[in-house]
Amino acid sequence: MTIKEIAEILEGVILVNSHPPDEDVPRGGAADLMSDVLAFGTEGMVLMTGLTNPQVVRTAEMAGVSVVVLVRDKKPAVETIELARESGITLIRTGYTMFEACGRLYKAGLAGRGPVKIENGSW
Amino acid sequence: MPPEDITKVQELIYTTPVESVMAKDVIVADLSMTMVQVKQLMREKRISGMPVVDGDRMVGIISISDLIKALENGLIDRPVVELMTTNVQTVFKDSYVAEVVNSLGPRGFGRIPVLDRDGRLVGIVTTGTVIQNLLRQMDISFKKKEEEKLQKYRASHIFDDIVSDDTCLVLRFVVNDKDFDNAGKASSQIKKSLQRLGMQPALVRRVSVAVYEAEINLVIHTDVGGEMIARIRRDRIQISAVDHGPGIEDVEQVLKPGFSTAPQWIRDMGFGAGMGLANIKRCSDSMRLLSEFGGGTRLDILFLLRDHPVGPLSVSGKNS
Repeated sequence: MTIKEIAEILEGVILVNSHPPDEDVPRGGAADLMSDVLAFGTEGMVLMTGLTNPQVVRTAEMAGVSVVVLVRDKKPAVETIELARESGITLIRTGYTMFEACGRLYKAGLAGRGPVKIENGSW
Repeated sequence: MPPEDITKVQELIYTTPVESVMAKDVIVADLSMTMVQVKQLMREKRISGMPVVDGDRMVGIISISDLIKALENGLIDRPVVELMTTNVQTVFKDSYVAEVVNSLGPRGFGRIPVLDRDGRLVGIVTTGTVIQNLLRQMDISFKKKEEEKLQKYRASHIFDDIVSDDTCLVLRFVVNDKDFDNAGKASSQIKKSLQRLGMQPALVRRVSVAVYEAEINLVIHTDVGGEMIARIRRDRIQISAVDHGPGIEDVEQVLKPGFSTAPQWIRDMGFGAGMGLANIKRCSDSMRLLSEFGGGTRLDILFLLRDHPVGPLSVSGKNS
């Protein structure tokens, strides 16, 4: 699914456009827990989140996440937008809730990362 | 034009505000001028049209075709206000360029006045100002990419160019406690350095996640900050996160996934779930945590580059 398609399906606003609009996004995921993003994030994915602080962008950068979608029409801090521009993350805002944003993209064919295997009490 | 350039132009027109492609010093005609005066002004400034203003408000637009009509009909002594176009298409300065490009050009308008949200005239866009500014932006982004390529090329040869029995690149970063504005800067720098060294993307990702978790730990848990040191060799990367307090009471306990001492405000930011060290362990080839309660803490993380040593594989060198 391309970044342009994601923005259209979510009726979203692209706040920072760091990638070509037709760049392919292989997978999607959602989390408000940054540790989860670092543990389960995959290269080039789109992340749905309810957090808007700059650390969301930093976490995305470190985990290889390309696109961050801010759900429920939350307005990010100026620092968040600046950091996204600086670190090459595409930032999209949507009016849909986390559940519905995920649902719309999944229904339109965007894959997740499949079941996560948890071993010996950690993963 | 190759397809990727077309995409770049499309991207630019959808992300560049009108404000950054407009001419700011707008030549204007005053409401009180006659057509004769307008003709002189156009000739002097070598322009083919301009907004008509009443103070800082735009009331209309006058162009060379209006002037020709005035000449043909013997109205050249009439005030500009009688012959100007009052139904003017305008654009707000914070709109995107995409909004005006289709209205400009031979089949559309020669110029579109730019207003701020209070309705004041702040600039003007023509096909010329749009093309000039977009080309400049494309040139800047092209130069940036070329520079990055060159830096990556130079860096990826470092272990071939600098030869010794044990060459090691040491990066050191100071990390301040509770400084969330800068948390992750060191990790970001380490990630960029590894990319420039030409390391495999999968490895870069593992190291990035681990150093970021370690850096966040320094920001959250130390009371005097600490430092991150990355030692990069041809065949391995060692990361150390070192601080001087307050130390960990029970090292066994903090290694258990889910255990956390982070306060609520840290959790509100999405951190402090007690998964950091478990995540570092998962990403790395080995991890060692040493701490003295009331003293300092040292976290050593090791990544082995057995399969993909840094630099071109064809070069035979002495690997330590």
